[in-house]
Amino acid sequence: MTNPDQTWSPLLGRLSLDAIPYHEPILVATFAGVAVGGIALLGVLTYYRLWGYLWKNWFTSVDHKKIGIMYMVLGLVMFLRGFADALLMRTQQAVAFNGNDGFLPAHHYDQVFTAHGVIMIFFVAMPFVTGLMNFVVPLQIGARDVSFPFLNNFSFWMTTAGAVLVMASLFIGEFAQTGWLAYPPLSGLAYSPGVGVDYYIWALQIAGVGTTLSGINLIATIVKLRAPGMTMMRMPVFTWTALCTNVLIVASFPVLTAVLAMLSLDRYVGTDFFTNDFGGSPMMYVNLIWIWGHPEVYILILPIFGVFSEVTSTFSGKRLFGYTSMVYATVVITVLSYLVWLHHFFTMGSGASVNSFFGITTMVISIPTGAKMFNWLFTMYRGRIRYELPMMWTVAFMFTFVIGGMTGVMLAVPPADFVLHNSLFLIAHFHNVIIGGVVFGTFAAMNYWWPKAFGFKLEPFWGKVSFWCWVPGFWLAFAPLYVMGLMGVTRRMRVFDDPSLQPYFIVAALGAGLIACGIGAMLVQFAVSILHREALRDETGDPWGGRTLEWSTSSPPPEYNFAFTPIIHDLDAWAEMKSQGVARPLEGFRPIHMPRSTGAGVILAGISMVFGFAMIWHIWWLAGASLAALLMTAIAHTFNYDRSYHIPADVVARTEAERTRQLALTEGA
Amino acid sequence: MRAVMFTKPSRRLRAALVLPLGLLLTGCDWVVLNPAGDIARQQANLVVVSTALMLLIIVPVMALTGLFAWRYRATNTAAAYEPDWDHSTKLELVIWSAPLAIIIALGSITWLATHLLDPYRPLTRIDATHAVAPGTRPIDVEVVALDWKWLFIYPEQNIATVNELVLPEGRPVRFRITSSTVMNSFYVPALAGQIYAMPGMETKLHAVFNQTGTFNGLSANFSGPGFSHMHFVTRSVTGQGFDAWVAGVRKAGAGLDRATYLALDKPSEQVPVIHYANVAPDLFDAVVNMCVRPGKLCSGEMAAIDAKGGTGKSGLLNVAALTYDKQGHEQVVSSNPGFADASLRRFVRDWCADNRPLRAAVARDAAPLLVRSRPLS
Repeated sequence: MTNPDQTWSPLLGRLSLDAIPYHEPILVATFAGVAVGGIALLGVLTYYRLWGYLWKNWFTSVDHKKIGIMYMVLGLVMFLRGFADALLMRTQQAVAFNGNDGFLPAHHYDQVFTAHGVIMIFFVAMPFVTGLMNFVVPLQIGARDVSFPFLNNFSFWMTTAGAVLVMASLFIGEFAQTGWLAYPPLSGLAYSPGVGVDYYIWALQIAGVGTTLSGINLIATIVKLRAPGMTMMRMPVFTWTALCTNVLIVASFPVLTAVLAMLSLDRYVGTDFFTNDFGGSPMMYVNLIWIWGHPEVYILILPIFGVFSEVTSTFSGKRLFGYTSMVYATVVITVLSYLVWLHHFFTMGSGASVNSFFGITTMVISIPTGAKMFNWLFTMYRGRIRYELPMMWTVAFMFTFVIGGMTGVMLAVPPADFVLHNSLFLIAHFHNVIIGGVVFGTFAAMNYWWPKAFGFKLEPFWGKVSFWCWVPGFWLAFAPLYVMGLMGVTRRMRVFDDPSLQPYFIVAALGAGLIACGIGAMLVQFAVSILHREALRDETGDPWGGRTLEWSTSSPPPEYNFAFTPIIHDLDAWAEMKSQGVARPLEGFRPIHMPRSTGAGVILAGISMVFGFAMIWHIWWLAGASLAALLMTAIAHTFNYDRSYHIPADVVARTEAERTRQLALTEGA
Repeated sequence: MRAVMFTKPSRRLRAALVLPLGLLLTGCDWVVLNPAGDIARQQANLVVVSTALMLLIIVPVMALTGLFAWRYRATNTAAAYEPDWDHSTKLELVIWSAPLAIIIALGSITWLATHLLDPYRPLTRIDATHAVAPGTRPIDVEVVALDWKWLFIYPEQNIATVNELVLPEGRPVRFRITSSTVMNSFYVPALAGQIYAMPGMETKLHAVFNQTGTFNGLSANFSGPGFSHMHFVTRSVTGQGFDAWVAGVRKAGAGLDRATYLALDKPSEQVPVIHYANVAPDLFDAVVNMCVRPGKLCSGEMAAIDAKGGTGKSGLLNVAALTYDKQGHEQVVSSNPGFADASLRRFVRDWCADNRPLRAAVARDAAPLLVRSRPLS
């Protein structure tokens, strides 16, 4: 990259034709693919006149269920991108031996592994987890929506705006070549003068606004909107884990925002927070980013623990074993997750006492995590376990995750970490917990709550094909990495000198290929299920024999969720209602007060994206104009008093009567 | 450049018999578990011990998972079914105390091992049976991570090499480690665990080789486009072999003066081994203090001035002399090239030494500086 200031123009900043990577055939081919696919998609949407429908019923919707589904779609789309990066890396590492340079030059390869990490964490795992919480939590606590429905829509679009910026970096300019946490000094202006790190910063800052606001929203929702009688200790475990996760989000994402703001100041106005010069401290960046980064790990896994609790209990046909200790374990993990960040850099020369402290606190986390594992185990004990897909994923998780947990504790012993840090062993470890935990858990959750969201079950055959590709595929892809870590092979290598490593990388690449089949099968599963939706339809709203409130409404639930706010007498409220034979109220409906859709979220996020783009390319006039537009739109939106409406009582009565008719049909059948 | 291992045939036979655990412990490629240095050996033992301790609980958990998953399948109607059983105080006690017991054991081991194997701690033993003889002087090696190669300076021998680290077997080594640009991690898996090499900072590592052989050394932290090639040959040789090697390097001819260092510091990849017959004095300290370039003020000296209260607003004039890589590493030149760094240095020394007559020192050495200093009294 040349000195960016040399090519700066007032109109376009440092953006010029050189920024378009038309000389890189892989990117050109990708662009052609994306363009053809994108044009086809736009064509279909236009042909079937779906734009108005999408805008009115989805993009501007403040319904937590629709926003939850949109988060899942975002996660899925970005998952395909992140996985394509993974395939590129696996292929490169499988061929780059014996002087073969592979097919990715350093400039491209370094972007690929950086983008893979950033996308998988921020734009796949986070949307999945946020989407699940958005969809499920209000239903589980008997609420009609989240506390701040507009904020929810705005949060989603801010996350999407960040994702779009990352995607734009593929075809306009470049992404960061620094690794997913962009350690300075490498990410500083001296060593990364191009736009890559700026894309990284602004994508994460804009998405971070969405994540933080969504965290605040869900905390308020869980604290304030629980149905009468649902005390804290009667909350479903998933809601508990969602609460803890959002507390973590609200307490940790501001640290990320601050540290990235300081990095931006270093890059934009020449401060010296993290430079080598003038007393800057790159290690301070490493500390701060991990003070966010370690809680982030638990932000991802805690709600997934909640998913496994719900699934295990439902499919074992039992109450969850040790609810109270499950809750305490979750809270203990939440607190401890703030006391372990230094274990990510034992090797930066902290003293032995500091290292031991953080090593031991890290190990201590395995105690509540172990307790959770035992609780699931004893929930299965003396149950009647139905091996539907969600339960299959759960059992696969239990077998996979304990190994990831074990290697995690090994890495927590500082002297052992000295030989394993940054090695492929570490890569295998965190993929073991993230794939074996977060990804498997997301698939369990998708299969579990899909019928609630859409009114029909997912087709099991292709789901099982996906399962049997994914689980062995995971081990095939990552077991060689564990082994190579013990052979002293480090991460982020582009080419290798030692030909004896090649077979391991070929096996890993085959594993990635098997996972690709798993992803393909999952997409087929979605398509087949949608095509055969009438055959798979669930009229009861409770296809699995669920125990929590979301299964008490119709599938999909009406936009108001519950015609009457339920009254809670016990944990597992719906199971209790079923056993008591509580009758559905059939009359006395009242008008329901609901939030109104608004396009403000889409517009604000769109302007934020333009602002980010302008800042990345140093197009100062556009940055100023979009910032002004952002503020004015936000202020103008505060004058919109038409924020809610009432669903008339007769509409509610009609909807509920239809549900009564459906239920009668299923009972008759 | 794979590690050459010394596996006896009988050991191989045994390994073949107790696969895969045997492979885990003696497999000839698994250098992390089968290293050639005592520190790495102890670290590998910790990896094994912690694994074994955790398997105490992991194995039963996995066995129970398999058992329960099978026995309580819905189709097995013969198995007991207790849908409302959800609590057992005794079980809860076991559930929380069993992992706790393991962690207490592992935590104690961690506390001890972290202190004993602290890379900053001088060695007390050569291997499990030999203590370091009293009066043994470790060999010093100064390590500089450059874009994208490694510089090793042997201050005692007054030689330096690029991408080749040679050490005498059985003698403790004391590494001082830094970097010239971005973060790297200095790692010789056969010798000892890694430690980061960071610009403007110095880290330390103590280690010893117990076998001769040729091993791989590498950077374990991504440092930019040339990172993949940032590895080096590490050879453990006998004491005599080391002396012979040093003598050979001394005959190499060229020396490593500051100008040569600055040329070497420019980014390059796949640099072959280079030998330098002598080294400019205090080069490593100058690298750590980011003042190799002529006309630069060392960061340590600036820190000493600041510790004295600083030079006030006139300190702004030091900005050019302190700028290291902020404007891009290659573009840094002294903005004040005529300014002799010797007189500056003397001035700083005098400024910072309590017992020196400051006024006299200023009058003598720092007349050009006086205008930019605040009054001394």
